[in-house]
Amino acid sequence: MPNTKERPIKVLIAKPGLDGHDRGAKVLARGLRDEGFEVIYTGLRQTPEMVVTAALQEDVDVVGLSILSGAHMTLLPRIAEGLRAQGLDDVLVTAGGIIPDDDIPALEAAGISRIFGPGTTIREVADYLRASARHRDA
Amino acid sequence: MTSADSTAKADMTAQLDPRARGERLAEEARAGSRRALARLLTEVEARTRVAEVAMRILYPLAGGAHLVGVTGAPGAGKSTLVAGLIAEARATGRPVAVIAVDPSSPITGGAILGDRVRMQQFAGDADVFIRSMASRGHVGGLATSSVAAAAVLDACGFPLIFIETVGTGQSEVEVAAVADTTLVVQAPEMGDEVQAIKAGLLEVADIVAVNKADRPGADRAAANLRAMLTVGVSRDRAMGDRPRPKRPDVLLVSGMTGAGVPELLAALDRRHAARSDGSVPGAAAGDAARLKRAEAQVAGILAERLWDRLRDGSLAAGTAATLSAVAAHDLDPYTAAERLLIAAGGGAADVPGGD
Repeated sequence: MPNTKERPIKVLIAKPGLDGHDRGAKVLARGLRDEGFEVIYTGLRQTPEMVVTAALQEDVDVVGLSILSGAHMTLLPRIAEGLRAQGLDDVLVTAGGIIPDDDIPALEAAGISRIFGPGTTIREVADYLRASARHRDA
Repeated sequence: MTSADSTAKADMTAQLDPRARGERLAEEARAGSRRALARLLTEVEARTRVAEVAMRILYPLAGGAHLVGVTGAPGAGKSTLVAGLIAEARATGRPVAVIAVDPSSPITGGAILGDRVRMQQFAGDADVFIRSMASRGHVGGLATSSVAAAAVLDACGFPLIFIETVGTGQSEVEVAAVADTTLVVQAPEMGDEVQAIKAGLLEVADIVAVNKADRPGADRAAANLRAMLTVGVSRDRAMGDRPRPKRPDVLLVSGMTGAGVPELLAALDRRHAARSDGSVPGAAAGDAARLKRAEAQVAGILAERLWDRLRDGSLAAGTAATLSAVAAHDLDPYTAAERLLIAAGGGAADVPGGD
């Protein structure tokens, strides 16, 4: 019987923007499930508003954004900003996908705490989230 | 986004003690803060002291909402249909909340909660609140958490609440069964008439929605269901005190095209209205559902409290020893349960709000 007092970490996996490649996001969602996370999957073509609303209503600990379209410099800061505007400062925001190294410092400054590039293993992501997401005791 | 949250700062309640935090969250959630509501639901889900304090405030304010359980096999189109029902209800300005339950892995405790995918178009609407919930393998059953969450949403101004579950296991059927109205969603490819008269899901239905009406064969599936579900269910023949199967309405709908959705919402509303004004057959059935809901909640909390007491502190070692004895077949489980009950009976030290 699982201990009812232990809270799994809640992660929102979303794909903002217009690219239609969600295999990576789905593999990650599945992988994090197997690592014991509760993963809310919102699917493709999410607007920043959709991501922020889902994070708010679901009271997630982590927002993980998958983006391959090249629009990351526009969309990711807008999502981070939207989360802050809703008072969700304590939510960890991470991203993955095709993001050039040169863009990473600007994204980090905008509030994206970690960018996972191609080749990242699910274990690495899970370990990072466990170490960095807010912890809430029962 | 327009809501009371726009000026909110980082969670100021985190440092408060459980009582103050529960009171604060309840107050803010009632005042329209969606963030406070979301945080409160997290507490309810984890069954914390904070949730207990908040429930003492909110539960008496709830009870007016129409709680609709939505269940059916995976892929029957539940989420898409619920999205259609939300749109229909919003057209008349009614706030709507959804609690979407997906299973937790019994091995890792992880879960994929994917029902939101079909409901993301309501992101800009503060009067639509969607919350996913993992089943988490609770002792007292899933019904306790989801029904408690519904009570919170009810008290915070949502008059129509859908609880969506995958209808594949007993606990999911139970959740649907404790709702005021149980909607079973069925795809046309459901098999022959014999499937419809098997015991289980369809028995708890108040309304059966045959979804995907745009597909060939949907008409016939609905006709078959109607014939099989109503046959032999006689209202005037006395059945004494024996529990009696329900006599569900069968409606043909399409979550994708929206066909039949207004009629479905109207049918749901009629059931709620009939119960509220105490006329017609719905009334008695409604009371039964509410009593069942009360039982599910209290029984769930009792079971959990009992287990907590047996596994915590001074009793933990004795409980472990008793369980080992049962595992080794040195002790039978009935005697073990009896002993544990007696052991747990002493002292009611941590019952909050006692006296």
